[in-house]
Amino acid sequence: MGWALVIEILSWLFILSGSAFTLIGAIGTLRFPNFWSRLHAASISESAGMILLISGMCLQGGISLLTVKLLIIGTFIFITGPTSTHAVANAAHTSGARPDSDEDARKKQKGTS
Amino acid sequence: MLRTLLTALTLFALWLLMSGIYSPLIIGLGIASSIIAVITMRRMDNAADAQRMQIYLKPIATIRYWAWLMIEIAKSNWMVTKIILSPNMQMNRHLFKVPYTQKTDLGQAVFANSITLTPGTISVEVEDGTFWVHAVSYASDTKDALAEMDAEVSAIESVVA
Repeated sequence: MGWALVIEILSWLFILSGSAFTLIGAIGTLRFPNFWSRLHAASISESAGMILLISGMCLQGGISLLTVKLLIIGTFIFITGPTSTHAVANAAHTSGARPDSDEDARKKQKGTS
Repeated sequence: MLRTLLTALTLFALWLLMSGIYSPLIIGLGIASSIIAVITMRRMDNAADAQRMQIYLKPIATIRYWAWLMIEIAKSNWMVTKIILSPNMQMNRHLFKVPYTQKTDLGQAVFANSITLTPGTISVEVEDGTFWVHAVSYASDTKDALAEMDAEVSAIESVVA
């Protein structure tokens, strides 16, 4: 039992959990009721899924050019992911879509009852 | 001049890292494209509306902030995952204002992107001094958590002269 095996197990743990989070994000995107909550579900695949998958693949790559490329890809997604999510949310907001607020609905209900 | 030289070298280093093929032709093409890119950049500096990108961030504090952000991302990922997988999907959606205290554009961008990057909260709109943030499970401590993140981001900004 050497270091190679430990790294192998660790990398598969990362890759499998990353895949699981990507899947959960996809399930959430389908299950959540409307546009605004779906955005939140999608950001699970984008953050946890992406970070875990890239880390797992980096461990598979070892110290090589491949790992450097993966880290550069990861850094780009880390910055562009939230930016594009914000762009979509902002476009919806600008075009007049307003999210229904459960918090306000709850407060109103409390006030009348 | 130093800035131009450093930019050319950085671009060329990036080329070497991304290509992985070290034949004279490919390296020559890399040198040529770095030089062309830098010449184009220099010409754009002379344009009327040219703006120089200035980075007012403390390097070590920024790395520490990334580590802190990773833990926040892990925590909120777990929270949203529980909502997705629970049978009744208990949500408490809300759109609310969050004030920001960053002075530089970059600092504000880092804060807004950090909000969006942590699942469960999305920055929707920017107004003078405040962000509109949408949360999927708004709780009484959501605003406090965002205020803490705001303070963390403001701490990595180096003071603008």
